[in-house]
Amino acid sequence: MDIPETLVRKSEEIFFSFPPERRESALVPLMFEAQRELGCITPDTERWIAETVGVSLVKVREVLTFYSMLRRERAGKYLIQFCHNISCCLAGAEDLQRHVEKKLGIKNGETTGDGLFTLRYVECLGGCSWAPMMLVNEMQYYQLTPEKLDRIIEGFRSGRPVPPDEPTPLLGNVGEKIAV
Amino acid sequence: MTSSNGTRLLSRNFALPGQANLDTALKRGAYEMLKRALKMKPEEVTTVVKASGLRGHGGAGFSAGMKWGFVPKDVFPRYVCVNADESEPGTCKDRLILEYDPHLLIEGALICAWAVQAERIYLYIRGEYFYPTRIVQRAIDEARAKGFVGENILGSGWSCHVHLGTGAGQYICGEETGLIESLEGKKGWPRLKPPFYPAAVGLWGKPTIVNNVETLAFVPRIIEIGAEKFLSYGTPKAGGPTLFSLSGSVNRPGVYELPTGVPLKTLIYDCGGGIKDGRRLKAVIPGGSSSHILTAEECENLKMDFESVTAAGSMLGSAAVMVIDEPVSIPRLMVWMTRFYAHESCGQCTPCREGTGWLLRLATRILEGRGRRRDLDDLYELAENIDGKTICALGQAVAWPTKSYITKFRREFEALIQE
Repeated sequence: MDIPETLVRKSEEIFFSFPPERRESALVPLMFEAQRELGCITPDTERWIAETVGVSLVKVREVLTFYSMLRRERAGKYLIQFCHNISCCLAGAEDLQRHVEKKLGIKNGETTGDGLFTLRYVECLGGCSWAPMMLVNEMQYYQLTPEKLDRIIEGFRSGRPVPPDEPTPLLGNVGEKIAV
Repeated sequence: MTSSNGTRLLSRNFALPGQANLDTALKRGAYEMLKRALKMKPEEVTTVVKASGLRGHGGAGFSAGMKWGFVPKDVFPRYVCVNADESEPGTCKDRLILEYDPHLLIEGALICAWAVQAERIYLYIRGEYFYPTRIVQRAIDEARAKGFVGENILGSGWSCHVHLGTGAGQYICGEETGLIESLEGKKGWPRLKPPFYPAAVGLWGKPTIVNNVETLAFVPRIIEIGAEKFLSYGTPKAGGPTLFSLSGSVNRPGVYELPTGVPLKTLIYDCGGGIKDGRRLKAVIPGGSSSHILTAEECENLKMDFESVTAAGSMLGSAAVMVIDEPVSIPRLMVWMTRFYAHESCGQCTPCREGTGWLLRLATRILEGRGRRRDLDDLYELAENIDGKTICALGQAVAWPTKSYITKFRREFEALIQE
């Protein structure tokens, strides 16, 4: 299969970060980058990974199916990973889930008919003090409300995304300035 | 006053603009402590860290200096792995270090690498941390370009390379041997013990120090203020402050850097502004979702250090404090909690792989009003049969909270069971 030049270059960088005799260590980061570039990891991509890393196909499949962020099928253009762990639920994530399901007309794991959004409920994303939170592709959004969710979704629909909450806002005394 | 910002040691530069950029960080003294450490003998550095009372902030609370001291003589190469997998539910403090002061972390990891004479550092960041990863990658590149990372660091003759490792969405890879397996390109199944310490047998079978982000970020501060002063910011058994991740039903959730051993009530009421909408405190999960729940009464005079929280029947863990107010149903909390472990069980040990799924099914059935009278005892017994019968601590991480929810809030479960 045709592997994009950018991915080949990236794979060389990844191999470089491990001792030369430890090419196998590149597996997870390489799959991560391949998915980023190609949208998912197809059997063709698996074969390329197996060859370039120098491991068996079954080994590639074993690692691929272990990690929950790695996928063998494409997601929608915008993958919404919505946290449903304790802190987010304490902050009302379940009501928001019903809201977003209604807004998009899909349930957990489904993709909208236009291929724009895939919705996935996921475990803790490490934004507990800013709950509820979600990721849309690589963008982090915190302190979600129905209104904020609507704005974010409309933003993606219209091609003018709402800027993500980056960096994470400082809450708590770590956000207080001390005179130097 | 504990809620004032004067107690902040690690996070003192977070709020200052541009701290993630090397040039700005250098003006505020970044890498000065690396220079100082490089003038010390490696074993002197370990001695200072041991004396400082620094304990692991990832969950287990093991003495950092002692861990570094476990590296066997004459076995090379050696490695340092920075555990930035932060995925214990409730925990969200490492991400701020990664986003706001990545050079502090790199400096701490380098000082650790110098102390144990490691030649490579791997910074293993969870896959969902896209933004933090970008910031850290840029920081590593900057540090390399300025000679703080790589060959012959600052003319010392010592070389150490820093690389990123990537998680891809698996809680178990935060377990130190699971992390190592993942870095080796495998599924992150925790290793059978013994050998007990990766410090002796770790990455590719070589001595490896695995430390949490916060733990390593404290190291430059220890070199700066000295072990004795650092110790004074905590308790005699756990030196220094702690970053508490405060979430749940409080008015001001956030990350608070406070002396280890601070009263829980100071954290919840003085810092967190008390319970939302003036409601009553019902319970607290003091150290991430793996810790036993504490009732409001048990929180009354609790101090937040390892020994005190353990004495109260729970654990400080990663100091992730989740506050639960009166209207929250504990059977519902049980579903949220068991759902997590059922999803994250790596499948290696039967009691955990099968047990977590059954815990979730029983908890769901009870919550939905389809529970049978014996379900509650079955839940408890299932937890008993996971606890201590697995290779890694994930087993007890689900068993402990399960048992504590049932024991302390049994009536709420019984009220949902019809027969």
